Amino acid sequence: MASGKGGTGKTTVAANLALAASVRLPVQFLDCDVEEPNAHLLLKPVIAERESVEIPVPRVDEARCTHCGSCADVCPQHAIAVFPNRVLVLAQLCHGCGACRLLCPQGAISEVGRPVGEVGVGNAEGVARPRAGGAERGNAGGLPDRIPPGGEEGGMPAGLAFAQGRLKVGEALAPPVVRAVRKKADRRRLVIVDVAPGTSCPVVEALKGADFCLLVTEPTPFGLHDLELMVEVLEKLGLPAAVVINRAVVGDAGVPAFCRRRRLPILMEIAQDRRIAESYARGIPLVQADPEWTDRFLVLLRRIQEVAPASVSRWERERCRSRATGVGPPR
Amino acid sequence: MSITSDRSGAAAVKEVAVISGKGGTGKTTVVAGFASLAACSGPVVLADCDVDAPDLHLLLHPEIGEAHDFRASRNAFIDRDKCTGCGLCETHCRFDAIAGAVVDPLSCEGCGVCYWVCPERAITMGEQLSGRWYVSETRYGPMVHARLEPGEENSGRLVTLVRRRARELAGERDAGVLITDGPPGIGCPVISTVTGADLALVVTEPTLSGMHDLGRVLGVCRHFGVAALVCINRHDLYPEAADAIDRECLAQGIPVIGRIPYDAGVTEAIVRGVPVVEYGDTEVSRAIAGLWDEVLARL
Repeated sequence: MASGKGGTGKTTVAANLALAASVRLPVQFLDCDVEEPNAHLLLKPVIAERESVEIPVPRVDEARCTHCGSCADVCPQHAIAVFPNRVLVLAQLCHGCGACRLLCPQGAISEVGRPVGEVGVGNAEGVARPRAGGAERGNAGGLPDRIPPGGEEGGMPAGLAFAQGRLKVGEALAPPVVRAVRKKADRRRLVIVDVAPGTSCPVVEALKGADFCLLVTEPTPFGLHDLELMVEVLEKLGLPAAVVINRAVVGDAGVPAFCRRRRLPILMEIAQDRRIAESYARGIPLVQADPEWTDRFLVLLRRIQEVAPASVSRWERERCRSRATGVGPPR
Repeated sequence: MSITSDRSGAAAVKEVAVISGKGGTGKTTVVAGFASLAACSGPVVLADCDVDAPDLHLLLHPEIGEAHDFRASRNAFIDRDKCTGCGLCETHCRFDAIAGAVVDPLSCEGCGVCYWVCPERAITMGEQLSGRWYVSETRYGPMVHARLEPGEENSGRLVTLVRRRARELAGERDAGVLITDGPPGIGCPVISTVTGADLALVVTEPTLSGMHDLGRVLGVCRHFGVAALVCINRHDLYPEAADAIDRECLAQGIPVIGRIPYDAGVTEAIVRGVPVVEYGDTEVSRAIAGLWDEVLARL
């Protein structure tokens, strides 16, 4: 789920879609908005493990160092300063590329991990299945047979796994934390990724490895402008996409016209409704506040499957493969 | 390259950076309002530091005077004729940018490690156009803004460049105030927006997400020694949360300088491309005017 513009409703749509889908399929939610992760406020996951995310930064053995300055010359971030008898490492500038260590003629540089964030892994079963027996809602919207409800094949039950990245306050570099969250992707599940606003490197890191992108936008000039920027990113990535219009109003011409021109299917429109805003404000997922929303998000899921058949069949192939060989999810 | 080591005129300008933590709280709307109000009392300079997804121009309608290239990164290129497929580049790349002896330009950080390790010297580093930046004129004063190419890194460096030019302009035009529209989040472009500013105004919203993100962005201000103020947009959406924000900020010694009510008219003003304070004398306009008075008093 991406948007370009902040505040369009990515997390709302992503979390509600995940909750609705998790009644029928094994789902995993990856919160890759590591600067300001919010999905946990709606999904209320129980976090079972936390891992520190570290960037390898250089440590210089002054005894072996000849102060030749090669490390400083090669550093792309200017994070090393070499003086006649001292080397100063500016760890906050280091991106961990390892060039200095590779190029030191004396082998005087080793690396030490600098924590920049953490990844939390757990599940959101508590909100996903609030009542025993799960919600057997009837085949709302008609999910096709090729994604059967979990638990009947392969032994992976329906449910909602969760992982979140969190950048340490004061740290500048989001991409390493995003990469660490993405590594938790379990391709036996339907993986829903919440992506940060913007269009630069943290967003691209979160989108890598995705099969499909759902763009959540709002019918305002800001929403449309940032949607156009996001579409440019997706074209660079070669990622197919469709659109959800949030806070939709009658009479908006801009967003639908843009989507038509760029052949972006509009899969759902959520009308402007103050009650939705109030529900979100209080951390109450729509599917909890009103069961009709579960049906609406299952319809969205079906529509995604219809427009992204390639991504769905790849997901199916991975599931079949891991079931047949008994091997865990591919990297 | 310090933002504050500048000529005497630029040093005199007071800079307020408008940030939010959470996206979509109303930064750009507030900044446009401030620009309109500030311009009534003297020269002002504007800067759009949300270089990923700049929107301020949609309300201020700048006429571009200068356009410049921003070249900050390099990408690796592998010459397939020289490549022997040894895979050393892929093994050493820390950014997952090489697979099957092909460099993914969106992932490549341009660090040069592959260039150094390649035994066949098959890799070259080429400079990239990372973005463009502009110096423009608006009805309210000059505006410096930029656009980072999609997927690029170095947003922080582009932000620093935009701010530095804006401060120089402030000196040239004898402007007392520089107002910057910041990006969402807490990462490098936000840090580059607030460091060295006189004040950071955090526009937040009374939602669980808004409160969570407010805490983190205030943490960034504290970490970098930037004085922060808070205002609560759409405060009537969840009044208990607005009150909770008041209490928490009081406990942290952060002034909450105002509240703006939820009003569908704000969207109408945006659709018409007009700062909301010029769209009508509404409660929202008056609230933003009140905020600006508070900001000025503290600058």
